[in-house]
Amino acid sequence: MTQALAFLYNPHRFMAFSAWAAPLLGALALALAAAGLWLGFTAPEDYQQGDTVRIMFIHVPAAWLGLFVYVCLGGASFLSLVFRQALADAAARAAAPIGAVFTALALATGSLWGKPMWGAWWVWDARLTSVLVLFLFYVAYMALRAALDDEAKGARAAAILALVGLVNVPVVHWSVEWWNTLHQGRTVFAAGGSRAATVFLIPLLLMSLSYMAAFGALWLVRIRGEVWRRRAAAAEARLAR
Amino acid sequence: MSAALQLLRREMAIAWGRGGGLMVTGGFFAGATLLLPLASGPEPERLAQIAPGAAWTVLALSALLGLERLFERDYEDGALDLMAHAALPLEFTCALKCLGHWLATGAPLALLAPLAAIALGASPALAPLLFACALAGGLAFAFTGGIGAALSLGARRGGLLTAVIVLPLFVPPVIFGGGALDAFTAGLPWRAGFALLGAYAAAAVALGPLAMAAACRNALS
Repeated sequence: MTQALAFLYNPHRFMAFSAWAAPLLGALALALAAAGLWLGFTAPEDYQQGDTVRIMFIHVPAAWLGLFVYVCLGGASFLSLVFRQALADAAARAAAPIGAVFTALALATGSLWGKPMWGAWWVWDARLTSVLVLFLFYVAYMALRAALDDEAKGARAAAILALVGLVNVPVVHWSVEWWNTLHQGRTVFAAGGSRAATVFLIPLLLMSLSYMAAFGALWLVRIRGEVWRRRAAAAEARLAR
Repeated sequence: MSAALQLLRREMAIAWGRGGGLMVTGGFFAGATLLLPLASGPEPERLAQIAPGAAWTVLALSALLGLERLFERDYEDGALDLMAHAALPLEFTCALKCLGHWLATGAPLALLAPLAAIALGASPALAPLLFACALAGGLAFAFTGGIGAALSLGARRGGLLTAVIVLPLFVPPVIFGGGALDAFTAGLPWRAGFALLGAYAAAAVALGPLAMAAACRNALS
């Protein structure tokens, strides 16, 4: 793990690696999404939720990814803060908008599912609220980065905030156990094996892997863009002298 | 130790004096509480239902008010630079700043919160718990709020940015305190929520100064 990270710290090696890894992951994401969506739409209707169960294939991976990207953001922030790695900072900056979009997607699809199932677009239950808080953490991170003129200072302040926000991640994760209200409890990873039927589990798994691959591809592309942007800024500074 | 006491006294004087202190935060607290019955209607049954929660929410919002006074002026006039190079560790200085801020504004507000709740129609039996929640919650608000205030040093429109950063951090204490008040009103066991609120406040007091000091050093670098 550390060796892989050390390998990627070198921007030249990272650029060479990501040049083929990003399109590969993107193609993988498309293929997995095609298979997952096909299986998801041909799966039988749920006896309780009817057709709306298909929203889950979009919703659940988005919620997982929203959380996962925040952990990546926190990890990258830690590396940039402690080891002063410029590439880790680029990775943190690149991850934030992607994670915000995944979280917003989870909120939007959850609300679309909640209307027919719960009879309300939004209910103030613990998990929904914590996902909203996660979204606000992304917003705060991006707002802080944008508000500080000095890029190096802004990067470190945002990294501190990302680490503070990591405290929120366990709150999101265990909120179901803490408050256990309207939102249904854990299904996929419930104690004593999964309670979801296999016909639903396979497309859900495929969609999750597809989301993961899509995140990987988008992240690499955005880090590449960030590296190019910094190179351009450095070149501009050299020319100005 | 005397340096620490001096610093605490100075921070309290800054938080209390010159248009800060109870005049402003208390005034804001009273004004925001006043808006609630004006906006939602004065029917006593309806107001009584939301009274504890409303007082609790307004308390959290009032805690945002003095935050920009916590570091901003010291940062601008160079005092923060001196503090960073003083014998006291900057982490300790930040903790004292937040403590002084809490003593000058949070603790007096904790006295006002039960009054507001009772004025809105909550049962007077709720007052001791609301007071205790407001004390513990105020400590959590001061120490998490300090993180936001330190992080937005040097930013344009720092006050607004502080609020955007800090409000998500206020969510857990607001939930725990609100849960405890709700359970007490319904006659259910309320100790769990109150204990979680205390735990969050303790964690904020323990960990917040580390983040604050790191943010201050970054702003001064």
